Amino acid sequence: MYGNAYVDPENKIVNSITANEDPIKLAEFESRIAAGNKIEPMDWMPAEYKKQLVRMIEQHAHSEIIGALPEGTWITRAPGFRRKLALMAKVQDEIGHGQLLYSAAETLGKSREAMTNDLITGKSKYSNVFNYPAKTWADSAVIAWLIDAGAIVNQLANSKGSYGPYCRALDRICAEESFHLKYGHDNVVFLATGTPVQRAMVQDALNRWWEPIMHFFGPPDKESIHTATLMRWKVKMGSNDDMRNMFLDMYVPKIWDLGLTLPDPNLHKNEETGRWEYTEPNWEVFKQVINGNGPCNKERLAVRRKAEENGRWVRKALAKPTEKYVTPLS
Amino acid sequence: MEFTDKHVQGLKDLLYKMADDLLIIGHRNSEWTGLGPVLEEDIAFSSMAQDKVGQSLALYEILHQLGESDPDTVAFTRNAPQFHCSQLVELPIGEYDFSLVRHFFFDHAEAIRFDMLATTVVEPLQMVAKKFRGEIKYHTMHADIWMKQLGESEEAKMRMQNSINEVFPFALGMFEPSEFEAELIEAGIFDGEFALREKWLNKVVPLLESFGYTVPNAETIIPEFGGRKGQHTEHLQPLLDEMTEVFAIDPGAEW
Repeated sequence: MYGNAYVDPENKIVNSITANEDPIKLAEFESRIAAGNKIEPMDWMPAEYKKQLVRMIEQHAHSEIIGALPEGTWITRAPGFRRKLALMAKVQDEIGHGQLLYSAAETLGKSREAMTNDLITGKSKYSNVFNYPAKTWADSAVIAWLIDAGAIVNQLANSKGSYGPYCRALDRICAEESFHLKYGHDNVVFLATGTPVQRAMVQDALNRWWEPIMHFFGPPDKESIHTATLMRWKVKMGSNDDMRNMFLDMYVPKIWDLGLTLPDPNLHKNEETGRWEYTEPNWEVFKQVINGNGPCNKERLAVRRKAEENGRWVRKALAKPTEKYVTPLS
Repeated sequence: MEFTDKHVQGLKDLLYKMADDLLIIGHRNSEWTGLGPVLEEDIAFSSMAQDKVGQSLALYEILHQLGESDPDTVAFTRNAPQFHCSQLVELPIGEYDFSLVRHFFFDHAEAIRFDMLATTVVEPLQMVAKKFRGEIKYHTMHADIWMKQLGESEEAKMRMQNSINEVFPFALGMFEPSEFEAELIEAGIFDGEFALREKWLNKVVPLLESFGYTVPNAETIIPEFGGRKGQHTEHLQPLLDEMTEVFAIDPGAEW
């Protein structure tokens, strides 16, 4: 699972992103991307392209690892063998995605250790959505269905991007995420069609998660040269609003079909434009959470930090100081 | 041979303790998800957890065929005194060295147990034992590699040795004899805990010594018995409370 990489709309550095690049190499690079070819680790690439990709893949990897925490709490509480086995496998997949993505990011020259350090010191971001608590079992069901669904919308688009190792990782991740979505949907269906207590649980969870889900795709994109360049380079594959709209189009009817409601009276599809209209979620809250003030930011990082500290002796024992770190190639 | 009531009771007792061991160790292993020392170990412990819980389910299903309640009811509604797991498996995951050492001791015992049960006269048990052998091979391989490589650096070796000393009496507790040993052996159901313990010692002691560790003397250590008879440490009931928290909201509901 994952949320759109957060591009700070206030970022002004970007007018000059290609100013220092060799124009011939840049033209060749751009024409390869325009022709639908993939860029591989040994290929020439603009500095800004590399920087944005590392940031994006790294954020994605961190999101998988941190994302395992809210759901992981429910592994030991899952009701019955079927759910227990499925949830274990699901969260294990998420950790596996983290591993795969760290490897993809490593091809661009940043080691897993450096990325982990940036995560636990708060320098790198991860998807905002994991800074909210999963209060009940139904929250874990809603996460598995709808957050993973959002992630698939996002990642399917990104898998058509230009950087080979990231696209290949995403192809595999999407295949696994589609199982998660089935698991989550099945879980929500059982709750929504179950006893009054189960139904109330899932409705509450949905109410709680609606704003984080709307936030998931990121704030509306501002038109900027930065965004245009990243789109041309196939780093960013769609606008946040387009992705959000695609998600709403696919899932709101399914939610309503189950007799569940969503806490936004203005939510409806405008049949003329084909777009969904809704109450704009509170982006100030989004900013607050991304800057460390969400309900669980501190707790999530503290858990991750503790795991890193507790495991240090193991990694130290495995380290081979005589061997040099080599950047993986694909 | 025709099974008497005692044989059936003995068989059920054997199935319960195996299933409970596997469920509880699986549950504990799954607690590493998100917290391992390297991502690959979160993944490995989760894989093993899934195998263990899956194996426990298969054994509870055999019990169900023998007239016990369905697996979900059996696993999610009993309290600690009704569990037959060894105390070894219920202890908290602790630090990684503790979990690894427990995993090493437990899985070598399970591998031998499944091996012995691959020739049991109880056909459904024979079938699952053969299947489990294929899975557990990788668990012992994982344990051996880690025991070996962490024995190669000083700080890690010291931690591992301390955990070996700490875990060993609990590991011996796995072989607490049941009151049906004679019946199980006589009927060809299972060769018994004593035989298993001997085979296990012959396996783990030389292995650990080859990795450079010292193994406590099994003849002088007092094993931590009690688990098989429902006497548990203070750690089991909280684990069960957590495990059954959602199920207990409405045990009649479909989840």
